[in-house]
Amino acid sequence: MNGNPSTSNPNVNPGQLPGAIHKDPDMVVFGFWVFMMSDLIFFGVVFAIYITMIGATAGGPGPRELFDFGSLFAQTMLLLTSSLTVGIATVTMKHQRSQASFLFWVVVTLLLGLGFLTLELYDFSQMAEKGGVPQRSGYLSAFFGLVPLHGLHVSFGCLWMLVLIAQVWKKGMLDIIKLRFLRLALFWHFLDLIWIGIFSIVYFGGWVYG
Amino acid sequence: MAEKSGYAAHLRTYLTGYVLSVVLTLAAFWAVLAVGRENKSVLLLVGLLGVAQLAVQLKCFLNVTTRREGRDNLALILFSTLILLIIVVGTAWIMGNLAIRMHTTM
Repeated sequence: MNGNPSTSNPNVNPGQLPGAIHKDPDMVVFGFWVFMMSDLIFFGVVFAIYITMIGATAGGPGPRELFDFGSLFAQTMLLLTSSLTVGIATVTMKHQRSQASFLFWVVVTLLLGLGFLTLELYDFSQMAEKGGVPQRSGYLSAFFGLVPLHGLHVSFGCLWMLVLIAQVWKKGMLDIIKLRFLRLALFWHFLDLIWIGIFSIVYFGGWVYG
Repeated sequence: MAEKSGYAAHLRTYLTGYVLSVVLTLAAFWAVLAVGRENKSVLLLVGLLGVAQLAVQLKCFLNVTTRREGRDNLALILFSTLILLIIVVGTAWIMGNLAIRMHTTM
């Protein structure tokens, strides 16, 4: 972050950024990393609560009755693929391919994100039918504190994408919008990282130890 | 042209990351569903696969490098990871000890 105009980030075209607003695009992206790391600590605390609550089912349904691994696998693949498509959109933007192909990949990402949310909500309703509601036990409170928190992040990511699509539609690929998209892509990749923790610790850990 | 090869190279990085992530995810699902019920130590394998996938995605998707220009990012991530480990491992340690001493099952 030495104010060098030739950015180290391979996703930005340094010459085109509005100097009056942001002297250094690296600085903006670094600031977003700081936010994401604070978010990571927040997730870490909720993960820690979940780990201490494994087994605290108070006679209610536990992981072995509630988890559906087919749906979990589909959700994982949808989120992982959306991380790839947002990456393709980033590359498209960086190499100044047509605005249409950029928008296409953002829309694909949005649809994959919405597909993930649909499956997750369906999963929660299936759990509720088997008596797995947040107020049933400490374990379920911890589960519903953590997994929907991630889902909420995905929802806000989808909203962010809708706003960004509208902005590109209305104003074109302005440099400031490119910089906004760059942060959205980071946010979206980050959600995939958190999901690795969720399927490893929440689902597999809960299933093996619960 | 240089521009063109750059495009293909960037695309290839993301595709490599995607393929590796899919393989690691499949390995984790397979390990748990094949032997998870009988053998709790399978979680160690799941943990290793998870860490490997985190490394792959940080490198291929988030462009985190050890190059000099990217050092600030890396230092931030490593410091946050340290704080995270203190919180999570510390909580699991203390609460686990508490559960044993209070004779509650966990």
